[in-house]
Amino acid sequence: MADFETPKLKDYIEIPKVQEGVMAHSRPFESKEQFQVALGYPGELVDNWEEKAIEKMGDLLGKYRSFRVFLDSCVKCGACTDKCHYYLGTSDAKNMPVARQDLLRKVYRRYFTFAGKYFPKLVGAVDLTKEVLDEWYSYFHQCSQCRRCSVFCPYGIDTAEISMAAREIMDSVGLGQKYCNEIIMKAQTIGNNLGLPEPALADTLADLEEEVEDDTGVPVKYPLDQKGAEILMVTPSADFFAEPHIDGLIGYGKVFHEAGVSWTLSSKASEAANFGMFIGSYENMRKLALRIREAALELGVKRIVFGECGHAWRVAYSFLNTLAGPFDFLDPRYPVPQHICEFTWELIKEGKLRLNKEENDHMRLTFHDSCNVARASRMGDKPGGQFEIPRNIIKATCNHYFDMPIDTIHDATYCCGGGGGLLTDDLIELRVKGALPRMTALKQVVDEHGVTNMAAICAICKSQFTKVLPYYDFGMDMIVSVHQLVSNAIVLKGSIQEKELDGVEDEEETAAEATE
Amino acid sequence: MATINVNGQEIEVDEEGYLVDLSQWTPEIGEAMAKMDDCELTDAHWEVINFLREYYDEYQIAPAVRVLTKAIGKKLGKDKGNSKYLYELFPYGPAKQACKYAGLPKPTGCV
Repeated sequence: MADFETPKLKDYIEIPKVQEGVMAHSRPFESKEQFQVALGYPGELVDNWEEKAIEKMGDLLGKYRSFRVFLDSCVKCGACTDKCHYYLGTSDAKNMPVARQDLLRKVYRRYFTFAGKYFPKLVGAVDLTKEVLDEWYSYFHQCSQCRRCSVFCPYGIDTAEISMAAREIMDSVGLGQKYCNEIIMKAQTIGNNLGLPEPALADTLADLEEEVEDDTGVPVKYPLDQKGAEILMVTPSADFFAEPHIDGLIGYGKVFHEAGVSWTLSSKASEAANFGMFIGSYENMRKLALRIREAALELGVKRIVFGECGHAWRVAYSFLNTLAGPFDFLDPRYPVPQHICEFTWELIKEGKLRLNKEENDHMRLTFHDSCNVARASRMGDKPGGQFEIPRNIIKATCNHYFDMPIDTIHDATYCCGGGGGLLTDDLIELRVKGALPRMTALKQVVDEHGVTNMAAICAICKSQFTKVLPYYDFGMDMIVSVHQLVSNAIVLKGSIQEKELDGVEDEEETAAEATE
Repeated sequence: MATINVNGQEIEVDEEGYLVDLSQWTPEIGEAMAKMDDCELTDAHWEVINFLREYYDEYQIAPAVRVLTKAIGKKLGKDKGNSKYLYELFPYGPAKQACKYAGLPKPTGCV
């Protein structure tokens, strides 16, 4: 474990004094040859990497007009400087979004603009040297692509897109990041980020069925690869593996059961996450998205629903149709794809779910908006639905709900600190420090309203908080899944909970009580 | 490539200390890895490590935390079938830390 000091929580988010290079040492492990090659990249840094990197930059400038506009249009107004959670948590000058962009911009100017080619010093243009490449590797892996800075930029410059391009350029010359690239390889070959093969998945789901039946007395099913099911459920593989994710998965199953629709998970598309986006690789993102299309066709489903995963919802909502469409074989009466929160909220609105809020009375809740859901997608049919719908579900399942301060939620939400392909132990210092703004906002509602738990709808957020909450003296189990709250509150027809509520006791129990 | 020394033998591990060649694993290697983290392996730790190895043999992956807690609860009593108990044994996280000592690969993904 690296030695570093966890920042002290204050009463409000403080803008730190700028420091030079205090996070220059932060570098994730480099990818291995086998992962690089599997993703279509050179196995190691190529000899003529400088030339190849500039060539790739030119290629991206030609493909993505936005990339060139973002590099050209910054006027150094400074609006973004104090908006990044990594800057607020580390105080490193290069974690100010404009400085992060400039790492790439100064090279762009040198090779692609008239002034930079002939008068580089006048416009801050520099050659692409090994030192610059090293800085790229360090600081473009200190951006979680959360896009908070772009909300405050008067030109709408999207640092996420610049950091994605930087990672794509580095990958294309053989300098990749281990965490992301190993995961993409696993998802493309086995079907999910964990590398969970079909028999293990089937065994885990069978275990869940047993658990839910023990708890409720109702045989709720968690079907796998069931042909002819109406709904294909695509969810992050962390939902099969980690806590509190798995409690959310239990909740999805209970909701589908109560809705009376047939559904299935797929072993081929057993992953909603798409790390291809984090490394800015259209080709790798597309390969992963196509697995979902293939699974939907093979299983003959009519609808696709996504589970609680932040960036997966961005890829699904914003790109799925162009990446892997057209989805003309699905039922056009439903959104393609649909978010599980939309699905559940519809049922709640129609009064089709019986919910006993008291089951969550041991918790006082707040909600963490996940960046990719908040700033890169939508839910429902109204603007802001991505903020309202998850909160509506929480309020329908819990008696005590409190928002964190307004400048830390909705589209101004702070990243959990582990998004964008940074959820790896080799970046733990960055993750802990980057969580500072969110932890400060959380402390405010803990102090003012006695909040005990924070709900989220993203696998990365949930794992990141489980890990970093204890650094700030909060309990790791403070973080919960939104559908875990649904799972706790839902009163299934014919369940033990229904009998308890309605006072229809088992005859045996009554008899046993009478003899006591 | 990094190595650790176990009884005079150099054993190859990756940058995070996980075994490179899983077939090389011996209980002594598990002990040595734990010692490097200042962790003394007790019978309680071995119950978990042995279950992980059995599960891995069958499924080529570490079990989900829920599967692990249930199995431990069945074996050692319900009061131990929870993740709190596992975190007491393996404070860096039962999945990652216990997998390391058991000679299994590190779980990847959003976990």
